Amino acid sequence: MMASHLSKKLNKEWEIILVDKDEVHYYQPGFLFIPFDMYKEKDVVKCKPDLLPKSVHYIPSKIDRILPEENKVLLEDRVLNYDILIIATGCQIAPEEVEGMKGPLWHKDIFDFYTFQGAVALRDKLRTWKGGKLVIHITEMPIKCPVAPLEFAFLADDYFKKRKMRNKVEIYYVTPLSGAFTKPVSSEKLGYLLKEKGIKMVTDFAIERVDNENKKIIDYGDREVDFDLLVTVPTNMGDECIARSGMGDDLNFVPTDPHTLQSKEYENVFVIGDATDIPASKAGSVAHFEAEILTENILRYIEGKELLPAFDGHANCFIESGNGKALLIDFNYNVEPVEGKFPIPGLGPLALLKESKLNHWGKLAFRWIYWNMLLKGIPIPFVSATMSEKGKKLN
Amino acid sequence: MEKVLAGQTVQVDQEGYLIDPNQWNEEIARAIAAEEGIELTPRHMAVVKWIRETALSGKPLSIRTVKKSGVVDIKEFYQLFPGGPLKLSTKIAGVSKPKSCL
Repeated sequence: MMASHLSKKLNKEWEIILVDKDEVHYYQPGFLFIPFDMYKEKDVVKCKPDLLPKSVHYIPSKIDRILPEENKVLLEDRVLNYDILIIATGCQIAPEEVEGMKGPLWHKDIFDFYTFQGAVALRDKLRTWKGGKLVIHITEMPIKCPVAPLEFAFLADDYFKKRKMRNKVEIYYVTPLSGAFTKPVSSEKLGYLLKEKGIKMVTDFAIERVDNENKKIIDYGDREVDFDLLVTVPTNMGDECIARSGMGDDLNFVPTDPHTLQSKEYENVFVIGDATDIPASKAGSVAHFEAEILTENILRYIEGKELLPAFDGHANCFIESGNGKALLIDFNYNVEPVEGKFPIPGLGPLALLKESKLNHWGKLAFRWIYWNMLLKGIPIPFVSATMSEKGKKLN
Repeated sequence: MEKVLAGQTVQVDQEGYLIDPNQWNEEIARAIAAEEGIELTPRHMAVVKWIRETALSGKPLSIRTVKKSGVVDIKEFYQLFPGGPLKLSTKIAGVSKPKSCL
């Protein structure tokens, strides 16, 4: 996104180089639908070079480390010098952080759906699974796409109902949070949906280890939850190259100013998306909103102007709730998800924090918007980078 | 809202966390702990003081950061503050509940 935005704004004096070890670009929101045979593999994959503006120089390479004191990036076979660096290395799952998680049952009875491979393996498992106790689990916060485990639970309920085997499946939702979600209004609403669908919740569960032999997860308080099939969101961590560069915190996220997106340590380094340590959601919409503000700040930095502390933590997420419906939430650092209309106050047409068929269609249409607008740096009409308080039921 | 703890009037939020950390002292800590069914031993107090110092210096608090600090191992943390050690220890320490981001 930044390459697309900046290629339109920077003059020919600037060379834009994009380094990425993966030539394949995944539409990650689609991974949720693969286990339930709602999307096929080809629906979530495109080739990266096809997505980039022609003026951007693409280098397919792993990054060994960044040397921020010297303004250099070490690749496998060469060194790149930079004037400005934008870190967009994202985050990924690290199941090995929990004892026993990546053990003999990994991708046999314990699955993730946060990777392409995990989602496909889980799909194959579900196709022939005869039922039992399905435990959906979150290891620790933060995770990217914090609503995805809830969506998975709702879609699983649907999936088994359609296959007329819902009574053969017990679904549990196990979370380190104190409720279905982190903020009170949405936590109540989403908790209610879980209850309505007969999904049992276990809260405040801080997993210590997985007992593969007895198929249990055990927390630090010695509480146990047994399972037949465990779908877990493992610890999410920033890329290892950030650790190798000495630039990250305990979870390999880069300390970043929450409003300007400049690195807290190096003035010519900026960070976007899941790679930051800012207290916004790790979500695609956040990266999209950040991109607009970061583009402005890169230009200001180049011109020696003061940066604009404009980013407000704006995030916007569809939550699939099953049965052809979804909810939509819109929030930022200061305002939790509440009811209302989006994007046009009063008119909508999308309802906030309420289930609707239109929201579900919105979620599906989003895939087209992602490939054809977001990645190309084209703004979505009526949706501003900072959150609007209009049209919301605030206290 | 106002609440009386250990004979002193303090301001707390809806969940009982002190709004102004400066209103805290050890007697108030004991009163909050008692409400949660915990009798504070010197070991409890050592952990509570670490939690307070860390929170007031703006550093993040999570099970992970507690583990890394070495102030207490996580098993013991759960034994000292059963149920939700971060939630409980921060309340007793007179600081805000750790923010879980969305």
